[in-house]
Amino acid sequence: MKGTLKYLKPYSGTVVLGLIFKFIGAVSELLLPMVLEYVINEVVPRRNVKMIVLLGGLMLLFSLSALLSNIYANRLTVKSSGNMTHDLRYDLFERISYLKSRQVDGVGVPSLISRLTSDSYYINQMVARTLRLGVRAPILLVGGIIITFIEDVYLALVLLACLPVVAVTLYFISRKSMKIYTEVQRRGDDLVRDMQENVTGVRVIKALSKEQYEREKFDGIATRLADEEYRANKVMSLSNPLATLILNMGLVAVIIVGAVRNIEGGTILAVLSYFVIILNAMIAFTKIFVVISRGSASAQRIEQVLKLDPAETCGGYPDGDPAYEIEFRDVSFSYNGVRENVNGVSFTVKRGQTLGILGGTGSGKSTLINLLMRFYDVDSGAIYVCGKDVRNYLAEELRKKFGAAFQSDFLMASSVRENVDYGRRLEQADIDRAITASQAEEFVTGLDGGLDCDLSQKAANLSGGQKQRLIIARAIAGNPEICVLDDVGSALDYRTDAELRKALARYYPSSTKVVVAQRVSSVKHADLIIVMRDGEISGAGTHETLLEECEEYRQIYSAQMGEENA
Amino acid sequence: MPERKINLSDKRTFQRRKVDKRYVFRHLLSYLKPYALLIILIFFANVASTLCTLFGPDLCGKAIDLIGKDGGTDFAGIGYYSALLAGLYAASALLAYLSTIGMGYISRGIVRRMRCDVFARLSRLPVGYFDKRQAGDVISVLSYDIDTVGESLANDIIIVLKSVVLIIGSLVMMLTIAAPLLIVFAVTIPLSLIMTRFIVKRVQPLFRKRSQKLGELNGFVEEIITGQKTTKAYCAERTFIDKFEEKNRQAIDAYARSEYYGTVSGPCVGLVNNISLALISVFGALMYMNNPAVMTVGRISSFVLYSRKFSGPINEVANIMGEFQSALAAAERVFRVLDEQPEPEDAPDAEVLSNVRGEVDISDLTFGYLPGKPVLKNFSLHASPGDVVAIVGHTGAGKTTVINLLMRFYDADSGTIRIDGKDIASVTRSSLRRAFTMVLQDTWLFAGTVYANIAYGNPDVTREDVERVCKEACIHSFITRLPQGYDTVLNENAMNVSKGQKQLLTIARAMLYDSPMLILDEATSNVDTRTEKLIQQAMRRLMNGKTCFVIAHRLSTIKNADKILVMRDGNVVEQGTHKSLMAGNGYYASLYHSQFESY
Repeated sequence: MKGTLKYLKPYSGTVVLGLIFKFIGAVSELLLPMVLEYVINEVVPRRNVKMIVLLGGLMLLFSLSALLSNIYANRLTVKSSGNMTHDLRYDLFERISYLKSRQVDGVGVPSLISRLTSDSYYINQMVARTLRLGVRAPILLVGGIIITFIEDVYLALVLLACLPVVAVTLYFISRKSMKIYTEVQRRGDDLVRDMQENVTGVRVIKALSKEQYEREKFDGIATRLADEEYRANKVMSLSNPLATLILNMGLVAVIIVGAVRNIEGGTILAVLSYFVIILNAMIAFTKIFVVISRGSASAQRIEQVLKLDPAETCGGYPDGDPAYEIEFRDVSFSYNGVRENVNGVSFTVKRGQTLGILGGTGSGKSTLINLLMRFYDVDSGAIYVCGKDVRNYLAEELRKKFGAAFQSDFLMASSVRENVDYGRRLEQADIDRAITASQAEEFVTGLDGGLDCDLSQKAANLSGGQKQRLIIARAIAGNPEICVLDDVGSALDYRTDAELRKALARYYPSSTKVVVAQRVSSVKHADLIIVMRDGEISGAGTHETLLEECEEYRQIYSAQMGEENA
Repeated sequence: MPERKINLSDKRTFQRRKVDKRYVFRHLLSYLKPYALLIILIFFANVASTLCTLFGPDLCGKAIDLIGKDGGTDFAGIGYYSALLAGLYAASALLAYLSTIGMGYISRGIVRRMRCDVFARLSRLPVGYFDKRQAGDVISVLSYDIDTVGESLANDIIIVLKSVVLIIGSLVMMLTIAAPLLIVFAVTIPLSLIMTRFIVKRVQPLFRKRSQKLGELNGFVEEIITGQKTTKAYCAERTFIDKFEEKNRQAIDAYARSEYYGTVSGPCVGLVNNISLALISVFGALMYMNNPAVMTVGRISSFVLYSRKFSGPINEVANIMGEFQSALAAAERVFRVLDEQPEPEDAPDAEVLSNVRGEVDISDLTFGYLPGKPVLKNFSLHASPGDVVAIVGHTGAGKTTVINLLMRFYDADSGTIRIDGKDIASVTRSSLRRAFTMVLQDTWLFAGTVYANIAYGNPDVTREDVERVCKEACIHSFITRLPQGYDTVLNENAMNVSKGQKQLLTIARAMLYDSPMLILDEATSNVDTRTEKLIQQAMRRLMNGKTCFVIAHRLSTIKNADKILVMRDGNVVEQGTHKSLMAGNGYYASLYHSQFESY
């Protein structure tokens, strides 16, 4: 919480000013019943018409001052809470942008997203509401109590006796209901998940004629949610009638005590008015309580991310052989520290050569790319790019050398051009060439607006193969020194895949290419092919040497090409 | 209900158009009907509760008047009134609570029924409905829209009812206490109405804008964080931070602007209350001086209390009208889904397809997803029982469309499909679909245990069956290495199941269903070649004796097919076996060769 509230500091001037006006507003409201009482108790018996009108005018004045200062104060608090949230969100987004991949794994992408969206939203709400109600409520509460004490000590004591009862009741109710609400939320998530599954799996469900089964399953989920909601409703609905009842009973007590002590009618009336004000203040308090407890949970989640240190270490490692563009030297690595994902991998690639990485699912192909681009650091061994350990580069300096298309890469909901450019401000000619080479030209020209055609979210208006080609275009558009294509051929048919390879060789001859694939045909032509299996290299060489020496390669090849070609 | 899904709600609020109120109320009424008796009870409880509180100020005033100036207090009278007051307040609280939870009960019941109805309707809709829509839109109807309706039912109705009783009741009370003082409201009521109208008018578009901007921000964040690795790879962090800054600023500004106006209403209500108070005290005092017999201090005090009860609800109702509007719009979206055309019922004389041999005869099929844009033109095909039919061609050539029509996910525009000589339009859908087993490229698993995912609601399946098919699909050893084996719960975040493993799980599921016909749509595209080789035998066993339709990119997988259809732009351009097609040296041969081409 502290780390979040720090963000309010630059706006402390606005906050304080807002509080001052809130104070003025609250005091004006508090004074009104006092004037009313004075009119009834003092002025009316003296039949002073002029005074009555004068005091009526004073009440109007107080009303206006309450209005204006409240509105102004609200504006100030909205402004300061908005600005504060803006700054917090900015820092959070910036921090997340620079987080290391391992840190992102640790928190999880969906969680990061919700921290940046709903959590920051709740904090905005919390600060705004607390500033708005949090000052008014205590002022009205304390002020109301003080004034009733001035009016009459005994009546005030009656009032005071009611407050803790109300407070405790409300506290328990909101605590209990918050617990139930977490349950409601969980059940609600179940419902949404089930629906999501049903929408995405509609073909499977229909194919197996499981509609009835799914309907019954959903019925159960919906019923459980409704039950929880009803339970929450039963508890939550208690707060209002109970609080009103307690205070109304206090009201009755005030009348009785007033009668016993023979207090003037005007005084009793005033105390009754303060009673209402105090009741409202109490209700405001419970609202603040809910907002703060939710907000502080959010603040915690945000601060947890802000505390992560995204800085990469840099330097201090010996250099490798500058003759090679890429060199892996006995590299081992594990994501979770239990099982080695990559074990003792060594190979070298010269500038302009093509490296093919072949292997099955989970054999460690993509991990090699993650290590090469230093999304993760090796556990042992070393990786050199241009003869320099990747850990000696500044992150930016290293990654500028690369153009990469990842497995399950993403496209933004913006124009084709922006997706290819990706914030690098490339030349038009570079983009055009990349579109041509990636075999995307044919469909991009057909799009409404060509390069400026806007893609929908997750590029849903493109087919799998079209998306893949744009992702490849992005990878090569910057004329990268090293071009990484991680299993991008899978969504392309063989012919397009072959055209792509030809175009890459023609348009980007000096780029070193790293091609990860499951298909032999995608890497067959490479200068060096390494075959990965369970994180280790089970064979390395050219297509021809591998066919001779590597049993596994031969197997894969014959399986894919059909027996007579083997 | 707390804001469960902010981003879902946002998209909806600004797609506003005129709501067909009669349509909505007609539907709503049918949901309310079963609760008619309870609703009437609640109505009376609520009116009674409100009336109880209404008498409060009057009794207070009477009690205060009994306090005599110098010791002449009528204690018996005060005791009587106090007891009466306490009883009334207690009754009022109890009745209020009962009517609130009663309404909560009703609204939960209705929400539950609505959800089940919507879900049931959705499950009966044709596949095309989902192909045309984003999953998020469909889900938001089921969760957010129905929640909104439920909230409104639970809270708004009670509040409106209570407010109306309060307004009328306190007006009557004030009339009996001091009719002339009502003049005060000639000033304050129009004032408050004008103010609320003004504010609501101003605020509504601002709130819509705020939701829209927040939705944009959320969408952007989701996109960029998901693609963080790409952003890092291109060192584009700064660019996106700047872009984010722009969206962030806009969202904050829209929020602030709506709040500026939104928070005006509170103080305005306060102002009207305070003005009433000032005017009442001035006029009340003047009347008291004029004729103390007509106007007592006690009366002034009750009048003041009533005036507070009077102006509060007016503003509350004005505020609720906005919520009511959005609830109506939400209800309309819900009912529109309920009125969607389901898959046409099976013909009354529809046969149940049984003992299928697997002879498939497709003749002259033409079909387009959009009118005038045929994807399939005059498509014909004959498959004898046990045949393996492969369909090849570029993306978009119409391969998957054939499957959609075979399964009757869509109905053809013209032409017929016969299975064992029976037109599939004349058999029941479920029996038709049960005649096929389908393995798709998109692997579909749900949140549940591995076992549940494979058995998928089939009560006849034993644990041994599941383990057997898993062994055949070469996924058994992977499953046993999971923390809880077959009882491990699959969900998106926690587990590291690769695409290939997911596909093996769906293949295992398909193996459990012993249907006479099989559809494999890129069924092994995510499985690496080694594993594919391993499960080949199992696949062969799965295909054994069945009529199979196979779609594959990898031409090696279909070389042994009895019949290969080569599709291009919705037409079958070549047909034959691998050998005959290669000998023909046409389109198929060029497709086939391209996979061996080096550059």
